[in-house]
Amino acid sequence: MDLFDALLDPWRSGIERRALIEMALLGGFCGGLGFWVTTFRLSYPAESLAHGMLPGLVIAALAGVPLLLGGVAGVLVAATAIGLAGRDPRVGSDTATAVAVTGMLGLGGLLALAPDAPARLEELLFGNLLAISDSELLAAALLAALGGFALVALHRPLSAVALDPQGASSLGIQPTAVTLALLGMLAAALAVAVQGLGSLLVLAVLVAPAMAVRRHATSPAQGMSAAALTAIVAGIAGVYASDALDIAAGASVALALCLAALVGSALPARQAGRNGGALLRSRASQ
Amino acid sequence: MTRPAVKASELALSYDGPAVLDGVDFSLDPGSSLCVLGPNGGGKTTLFRALIGELTPLHGSVAVDRRPAYVAQTERTRLDFPVSALDVALMGSLADGRWWLPARRRDRDSAGAALRRVGLGDQAHVRFGELSGGQRQRVLLARALVQDAAVLLLDEPLAGVDPASADRIAALFAELRNEGRTLLVSTHDVESARAFDRVLCLNHRQVAFGEPSAALTRTVLEQTYGDEIVVIEDDAAGGGVRAVTVQHHSHSH
Repeated sequence: MDLFDALLDPWRSGIERRALIEMALLGGFCGGLGFWVTTFRLSYPAESLAHGMLPGLVIAALAGVPLLLGGVAGVLVAATAIGLAGRDPRVGSDTATAVAVTGMLGLGGLLALAPDAPARLEELLFGNLLAISDSELLAAALLAALGGFALVALHRPLSAVALDPQGASSLGIQPTAVTLALLGMLAAALAVAVQGLGSLLVLAVLVAPAMAVRRHATSPAQGMSAAALTAIVAGIAGVYASDALDIAAGASVALALCLAALVGSALPARQAGRNGGALLRSRASQ
Repeated sequence: MTRPAVKASELALSYDGPAVLDGVDFSLDPGSSLCVLGPNGGGKTTLFRALIGELTPLHGSVAVDRRPAYVAQTERTRLDFPVSALDVALMGSLADGRWWLPARRRDRDSAGAALRRVGLGDQAHVRFGELSGGQRQRVLLARALVQDAAVLLLDEPLAGVDPASADRIAALFAELRNEGRTLLVSTHDVESARAFDRVLCLNHRQVAFGEPSAALTRTVLEQTYGDEIVVIEDDAAGGGVRAVTVQHHSHSH
């Protein structure tokens, strides 16, 4: 009974209940999306966008407007800055991106650490899952519903482009349009998830679950589902750990997600899928 | 007069810069086969990218009967991506434009039939990346069959392919032509070009186009391959030349 009580305990507090629901919603969408982010090798651009959006978040916090608006504006500005920096052929795009992102982080820090600014920099960098408002929860629910629908609808084009972009072109699927749709979903996910996990930790929920399941997936649909489930379970475990150990919730969740990635990567990959894979696939197709 | 299956007129192509392929001008009847010859970087893949609509002509024009199917070199596909042979063949059904909906039962049946046709019916649930190079090539051909295109573009389909797969692919080419489909096949193998109706030699420009017996002259081959031709000897019986090229199957534009 003690264990049962301990498991139920966080759900009795409104603050922790919101944190748990937020993680379940974010994990469900961001985990599935992360499967494609890693497949399309967009982890570094995703990290750059997450860090580069800090000035937008700080300005929103200073102006007292919802962080979501700051997040959206921040992602757009960061994407523009990174895009423009990467166009200079004299500098490698990696270097240009690194400089642009560091500049954006510096600008965010400068604004947030101004003498008359409210002390919210820590929250913007590391998130504050225990301060999730109802409207932020609603944004996460909308993201999970609309984003989940988009992922299901785009699942076949994403697969075709991931396997063979030119082959996809000849099937009438535009690889550029599919990649832009993926980046759009990524921007939306970052803008919403950053409220709970912060600019520095938000990437964990996108990339770590995908890394955990990468070597074990037998199909894209299974990879997406497994990454989503891993994100939900690890995210919720992180909230529980934060409660039990009295540690910062965002950091606890990020560490739980990264631990899941390590465990998933260390587990032996299934043997060549002639038997187990075939069985799974034939069941899935029934 | 039959409408051509593929027609290029004074075509020039570039990647946001100067033309990388110029002066391409040819026409193919439905049901015919074309061998596209050229060195690495000579413009074979660039031409195919224009035919599938990925590249807009710098000048000139290109027209294809319906959307062609493109069969890539399998080394250019993602081998670590978790899809089965059946999943890949099933991608051919995306050509019907219903990309946001799940595949239908008849699409699955069609993909299964295509895999059986290329001799891989018993490998349908094997992961694409675990198949041999030749088997993967046949899976991509199955995808093209599901797509049911009138024109097929095949990028070095026999490079690094095991003999059993090569025989199966060659037999399939004959069947496809009998069905009235038009095949464009890029290759490094000059000798295999003689089995095609037409040959197109590219080296940043169109060097020659025509029937192999007439087009494959020593001068044309030298202009096409330059230093890559290492053996050229007169073939008294055929009245032409025999040529062997030194090839490295790396990226070509």
